[in-house]
Amino acid sequence: MSLLRIRNLSVAFSTASGAFQAVDAVDFDVDPGEILAIVGESGSGKSVSMLALMGLLPWTATVTADEITFDGKDLLRIDKNARRRIVGNDLAMIFQEPMSALNPCFTVGWQVKESLRYHLGLDRAAQHRRAIELFEQVGIPDPEKRLTAFPHQMSGGMNQRVMIAMAISCKPKLLIADEPTTALDVTIQAQILDLLADLRNETGMGLVLITHDMGVVAETAERVSVQYAGQKIEEQPVGPLFNKPHHPYTAALLDALPERAIERLLPTIPGVVPGQFDRPTGCLFSPRCKFADATCKTTPPATAGTDLGNVRCHYPLNTGEGIAS
Amino acid sequence: MTAPVIQATGLHRHYSISDGMFRKPRVLRAVAGLDFALSPGKTLAVVGESGCGKSTLARMVAMIEAPTEGELKLDGKPVLPSDWADLRQSVQIVFQDPYGSLNPRQRIGAILQEPLTINRPNLSREERESSAREMLKMVGLRPEHFDRYPHMFSGGQRQRIAIARALMLDPKVLVLDEPVSALDLSIQSAILNLLTELQDRLQLAYLFISHDLSVVRHVADNVIVMYLGRTVETGPKEAVFETPRHPYTRALLSATPSAEPATRKDRIKLSGELPSPLDIPRGCPFAPRCWKAEDRCRQEIPELTGTLNMAACFFPEGVSDA
Repeated sequence: MSLLRIRNLSVAFSTASGAFQAVDAVDFDVDPGEILAIVGESGSGKSVSMLALMGLLPWTATVTADEITFDGKDLLRIDKNARRRIVGNDLAMIFQEPMSALNPCFTVGWQVKESLRYHLGLDRAAQHRRAIELFEQVGIPDPEKRLTAFPHQMSGGMNQRVMIAMAISCKPKLLIADEPTTALDVTIQAQILDLLADLRNETGMGLVLITHDMGVVAETAERVSVQYAGQKIEEQPVGPLFNKPHHPYTAALLDALPERAIERLLPTIPGVVPGQFDRPTGCLFSPRCKFADATCKTTPPATAGTDLGNVRCHYPLNTGEGIAS
Repeated sequence: MTAPVIQATGLHRHYSISDGMFRKPRVLRAVAGLDFALSPGKTLAVVGESGCGKSTLARMVAMIEAPTEGELKLDGKPVLPSDWADLRQSVQIVFQDPYGSLNPRQRIGAILQEPLTINRPNLSREERESSAREMLKMVGLRPEHFDRYPHMFSGGQRQRIAIARALMLDPKVLVLDEPVSALDLSIQSAILNLLTELQDRLQLAYLFISHDLSVVRHVADNVIVMYLGRTVETGPKEAVFETPRHPYTRALLSATPSAEPATRKDRIKLSGELPSPLDIPRGCPFAPRCWKAEDRCRQEIPELTGTLNMAACFFPEGVSDA
């Protein structure tokens, strides 16, 4: 049974100029011990869908779903207090900017101990011992001394380690990492990604990695879900996704990577991600798609089966034997 | 080979950091001795982690800050702060964040005409406007964009406007300080293409500052790898990427994730982080994080050596087996 199961999740924000559909009928499954990556450009709804799961969205957001089950519990029907006991405990999240996600007024030690106190009810001595243990686990040198440091006294990489220590303090079953390395340098990024993969191997937790960096996805993830303008347009294991993408958007995105360039000019995707007012009626990618025809512009495509990576396209690419090239 | 537009020798930039009223100010060496040359139609890329001094370098070349030591030559003539106002016309800069670098209260037309109003006072209003409209077309924007405000544009379009503004005075050198790192992947490739086309057409020299090695690998002709204000390796792009000689370059290359799931390579794990530029270790600045460091590395500063790609290391890679 999967650890997390989401069916038909939609999030709409009410704005001054009407409703804005940020997430549109998205399904997710995460198994224990699995690394799922959610990839997409800004505005694709990748963060919002996970924030909805955590219950961290502001009141302007309307979240609807057919099913959100985490670890056998139905998060849709559970009351607020019961949810509060799960979030931060079995279900933890780390954010992109460690500097702004940590509270500047308290020492990092205090902030790590807070969740130990709240969720596990440890006494002070036990909190202290566990906090040191956690800092060692995430590779912070000299943990005893670092516990009394404030976030501004540490580097971005160290603060991200503190965030990870906080997130894993209650041994979560699922860790959601929202762009955990985007604000960090590549050498530090490599350290943090290795740390997350090691923690997964040690504890067997599931890991959802939200990112826009195709390189990070290729090296870390096992299964990849591609989002575009709030919809999940394709989901495949990492190898096939990079070698045989089914959706034209995935294919175009991979072609646009500078490291895959063959010529001096890179292949580009014309246009921009649709916003609140120019959402197309048919396939959301059709205005930018080089394969689009009249059908694409009028009829939204249905989701294909798992053999085609749940692709949302009328004319999926790389469909096996029928391929011309 | 054409003569370089910009030639820098022994460039230094130090800042003095006050540590309270009664303490002696400390010296932060942001850039500590850089030599390079920029040629027309070529791209010199500067890579390095945050805090290595690459943005300070950009500010010195763009004449926003004066070097503490060393000499910067533009077209063979030394650049002095007293001549900055005139010389700045040939060196323009494009910043990383297209949301912060455009005045939200000016229309695009006004943004593009401002450099002309200031630097070409004898142009008539019609001439200014027509050259601004021409520039708009050149960077791939539509004529109706002329009367719009920056907030009406997407990130990629704003970066086009920033590039257009930088080109209004026909510069010879464009300093690009992380021009694509704030942009989405699908937009990034379009901006990189625009920069390539403009360079081919106008024979611009680019100083391309970036931390993204896959972008650098695509655009650069020559590369400088910086670490704590110093060049640790420099040379033609192919040499630096194919046969890196400095351990830091190798570590940086191996840490960059590649979009090929099959080639999961062994990363060189660097322990520790960049030391504070206020407290640069004696000897080779990379020695505390280097797996090859020996006593000598902690005592002396290595010079740049080598023929094709030069590395500042006592024990460069690939020499023993050559």
